[in-house]
Amino acid sequence: MSILGTRVVRTEDPRLLTAGGTYVDDLRLPELAGAARVTFVRSPVAHARITGMDTDAARQAPGVLAVLTVQDMDDLVPPPPPEPGSEVSEGAPLPLGGPWAEPLLAAGRVRYVGEPVAMVITDDSYQGEDAAELVSVDYELLPAVVGVGGALAAGTLLFEGTESNVPVTSGEAADDAIFDGCDAVVERTIVNQRLAPMPMEGRAAAARFADGRLTYWVSTQNAQITRFILAGVLGMDPSVIRVITPDVGGGFGAKVGVDRDAILVAWAARKTGRALRWVESRSENMVGMTHGRAQEQTIKIGGTADGRVLAYRLDVVQDTGAYPRMSGFLPFLTKLMAVGPYDIRSVQTRSRVVVTNTTPISAYRGAGRPEATAAIERAMDLFAAEIGMDPAEVRRKNLIAPDKFPYTTPTGATYDTGDYATALDKVLAAAGYGELRAEQARRRERGDVMQLGIGLASYVEITAADAAAGETARLTVAGDGTATVYTGSSAHGQGHHTAWAMLVESELGIPMANVTVIHGDTDLIPEGVGTYASRSLQLGGVAVHKAALDVKEQGRRVAADMFEAAEADLELDTERGTWQVRGDPAASRSWAEVATHAGADGLVAYVQYTGDAPTFPFGSHVAVAEVDTETGKARLIRHVTADDAGTVVSPVLAEGQRHGGIAQGVAQALLEEMIYDADGNPLTATLADYAAITAAELPSFELVQSETPTTINPLGVKGIGEAGTIGATPAVQNAVIDAVSHLGIRHIDMPTTPARVWAAISEATSDLEDQ
Amino acid sequence: MIPAPFTYKRASSVGEALDLAAADEDAKFLAGGHSLLPLMKLRLAVPEVLIDIGRLRDLSYVRDGDGHIAVGALTTYDELVRSDVLASALPLLAHAASQVGDPQVRHRGTIGGSLVHADPAADLPAVVLALDATLVAQGAGGSREIGAADFFRGLFETALEPGELLTEIRIPRPQAPAAWSFQKFTKRAIDWAIVGVAVQGGSVALVNMGQTPLRASAAERALAGGATPRDAAAHAAEGTSPPDDINGDHGYRQHLARVLTGRALEEARSRT
Amino acid sequence: MKVSVTVNGSEVAAEVPDRTLLVHFLRDVANLTATNVGCDSTSCGACTVLLDGKSVKSCTVLAAQADGSEVITVEGLADGSGEMHPVQAAFRAEHGLQCGFCTPGMVMAAVSLLAENPSPTEEEVRTALEGNLCRCTGYHNIVRAVLAAAPAASERRVG
Repeated sequence: MSILGTRVVRTEDPRLLTAGGTYVDDLRLPELAGAARVTFVRSPVAHARITGMDTDAARQAPGVLAVLTVQDMDDLVPPPPPEPGSEVSEGAPLPLGGPWAEPLLAAGRVRYVGEPVAMVITDDSYQGEDAAELVSVDYELLPAVVGVGGALAAGTLLFEGTESNVPVTSGEAADDAIFDGCDAVVERTIVNQRLAPMPMEGRAAAARFADGRLTYWVSTQNAQITRFILAGVLGMDPSVIRVITPDVGGGFGAKVGVDRDAILVAWAARKTGRALRWVESRSENMVGMTHGRAQEQTIKIGGTADGRVLAYRLDVVQDTGAYPRMSGFLPFLTKLMAVGPYDIRSVQTRSRVVVTNTTPISAYRGAGRPEATAAIERAMDLFAAEIGMDPAEVRRKNLIAPDKFPYTTPTGATYDTGDYATALDKVLAAAGYGELRAEQARRRERGDVMQLGIGLASYVEITAADAAAGETARLTVAGDGTATVYTGSSAHGQGHHTAWAMLVESELGIPMANVTVIHGDTDLIPEGVGTYASRSLQLGGVAVHKAALDVKEQGRRVAADMFEAAEADLELDTERGTWQVRGDPAASRSWAEVATHAGADGLVAYVQYTGDAPTFPFGSHVAVAEVDTETGKARLIRHVTADDAGTVVSPVLAEGQRHGGIAQGVAQALLEEMIYDADGNPLTATLADYAAITAAELPSFELVQSETPTTINPLGVKGIGEAGTIGATPAVQNAVIDAVSHLGIRHIDMPTTPARVWAAISEATSDLEDQ
Repeated sequence: MIPAPFTYKRASSVGEALDLAAADEDAKFLAGGHSLLPLMKLRLAVPEVLIDIGRLRDLSYVRDGDGHIAVGALTTYDELVRSDVLASALPLLAHAASQVGDPQVRHRGTIGGSLVHADPAADLPAVVLALDATLVAQGAGGSREIGAADFFRGLFETALEPGELLTEIRIPRPQAPAAWSFQKFTKRAIDWAIVGVAVQGGSVALVNMGQTPLRASAAERALAGGATPRDAAAHAAEGTSPPDDINGDHGYRQHLARVLTGRALEEARSRT
Repeated sequence: MKVSVTVNGSEVAAEVPDRTLLVHFLRDVANLTATNVGCDSTSCGACTVLLDGKSVKSCTVLAAQADGSEVITVEGLADGSGEMHPVQAAFRAEHGLQCGFCTPGMVMAAVSLLAENPSPTEEEVRTALEGNLCRCTGYHNIVRAVLAAAPAASERRVG
């Protein structure tokens, strides 16, 4: 009986629960003994020219070892201008550069509140905060560009040498001909609001430069990519850089690689010759770490009176903040996944990326796909309301049928496997959809203050979008029979150590307790890609699986030699972890014996696995919300999901990912928003103001099982990390709107705060009164 | 994230606390610290001296007095929640205390600290206003009593003179202790009130509807004049000037004040 | 000033700046780094410890205020033989942690909750944890862990 698919508790937990994890701020290594602290001086204004800076007072403050500014960066060679034609592609998840280039320390101009302008190096962090306050910077204010409208109006341009605030435009011009022949057409502009990823551990890094080598500890999702970035920026050979990932307190896409602040820490360690440590505060994190989402979407949907959707248009304006760090990649993914799980004949998509004087935008759990799903799911409900059909029925009529896979959408995505209608039916049954509608009807009939809303979302999403980049795994079995996995994946809560050990035990019969998993050290794992885009199990895990198969075959050869038998007669008993000649179990050899016989290095397998294609998990969510129609307050009372990511290797880990994803998705629908005022000042820059969701706002979730394996990899696995978020947001938004739809309300933008819901109710009821 | 440097002093008696305060104009009293320290950590408050009065356990009590309940200023929210005296005599106060912050905050924060901080968005100022409490302050010149209506002067501003220490809150025993309600309207359970209403009998006080806690006098008059709870509540927002912020504009808050006052009056009535 | 705190049963004394926060005293003076700093507005609860038996946010307590007091951190929860406290054991059994950053504070808040309310309902658990933010788990398994730990936790004295 394989251990795969069984409930296994995590190997990571005893340490985390008793001693606590070792995050960057917890490192107590000899190399960091006496490390000084980095504190950044950050711009308090959204848009300004820096006309002067006085660091004298700061330099004289207690404990100050150095104050570093742009003037000190003469040891950095600017990168050569790109060869014509080799510029960063608009669709790449890379900074656009060129005239939109982002400096390390702000050079002459600041473009968002929180942009780093100087660094103070002190003995301890308390002194750092004091000294940073003493750096005096003269800002000549420029008008702040805030919001999509402001950016498009181009009254002020953020970048010299550009003609607009729109660095990327892509897609088809609108052509209404696709809506010809539709009985019903609905168009609306909706908002997918800016969010803060807010991992519980903010950004942090420590660095030591000695004997020409840089050792760098960082809270990242990719040690190898980090090394590559540092090498390029610092002009060093990667071989003299060692990047180590300690425990990481969450990432959610905002810790992919390293950003300018973290790079500056490495630079400063080389510049000053001191070991340094930087741990940002939460207030810094709220403006200094990248934000997520921030799209304005114009959706247009048309179809027949009996519920068939014929045409859909999605026009996205992506606010990318002050610097286009991801070029046009996020809206590219949004457009790619625009049709969701629906069979829609005609689709048009277009996107523009705009810069504004706000924190730069980058990936945040779902990275472009929650936006796509939120748009199409709102569109489906708007269409359903327009034709007066139940939203579940409209979805059923348009879901791609199970016999159509692999299915290529008009937007160019090829979905591998799926059974969308079954997922929808499962959650409707689990939720008791009919009973919920009946209860809703009863409350409407009575005119209850507390109204019930039922919201649906059916989704499909793309995981391992960069399957071609693959992942690495090295597996060794030592002479004592223990195994070690060196993985290119980089867990920051996902439990890979447990799952990879399960894969080894399943294939080789070496018990999990004897399997050590190592990640995130470029000296030990020079090649690897890391964890994001829900790629790790289907790339990193499959790499481990293949390495195990390789070790098994090596073991077979060695055991055959020991038994003096033919390889074909050898079999591995995975229950006991022993090799034997078929039919003669009494004479068996352990992995320890086989590995010893193999030689001093034991058995070693190294796999660089490239995925053939991305995979497409899918599912359906049903959210049940209660809305107090006198105050506008919405409460989520039930949330039922089916999230199908193919074969489940670890049910415990998969459920945990679904729960966490659902919570963040619910949070976007109900509560969270990064808000800026018209001058570009963030109004939600502390956790007292940013409405991060707590246990008190959530019910326990009802998870339904669904496993439709992929054909893309031998394990049949897809990625689960972001699916819950993608499905949850539109289900909850739809539920809140549904609760008050009997008043004529068709849409409420997220987050559906009490004030927003009340405004919709107030307007609708005064409309009703006016009739 | 770290307060600016200051000097820490510790008082072992009320007298010592007053002496230390008199010695330093820029000194502030530190009780539970859950109003003051958060401000200091964001460097919005930068006192040069903190006088820790947290060990004056003599100022932590809930006593059944002569026609009134006496609450020591250093009684924590948690102690208010657990008080048997309050459970029977002043359930409004016990319940309101249970709605402040979270359990960790309630283990440290004190009623005195909350009242002296005088944030109109805090819960207890409105409650003591609804209860017509008398605040007892000790200063270099002796002790004096200040009615709740005179205590809250403005945003974060009270009638306390520099160097004065709030020592006791004296609350007249309500005729019908059970005729209470506390409606705290928030986005999340942990949040400060967007709007709150405290009702004890015919007294209605509002949270976050102005620069100080406010009595909804027009609603009280209507109720006293025989109006139903809902009709009286229609006047709840009169004379208020609620803020506009990311949680709602003043119009929404005024609407909430009316709705919540109606609910509070109905709930208070239903308990008797 | 000189501050002396009994941490997990052992006295820790040092001369520290007056403004030293208790959480930094624990992390940097007592060298117990499990307790984490997750915010600067007393919101997140990652720094929760027991101070004289009650849960507090140690980022909003001065070390000086804790002078002479007893503090228990998550490192002090296991019993003398190293066996995990029922709350720790339940968090593991129920997969109540992922990245682990919020976990020490969450566990201490749960220990305090169960000491004050030995048989909480699900709703009471959720409300009691409103001051402890987690970004990874969605709270679902944390709540399960606390409910699962309740019977055994009432048998276990802490500190």
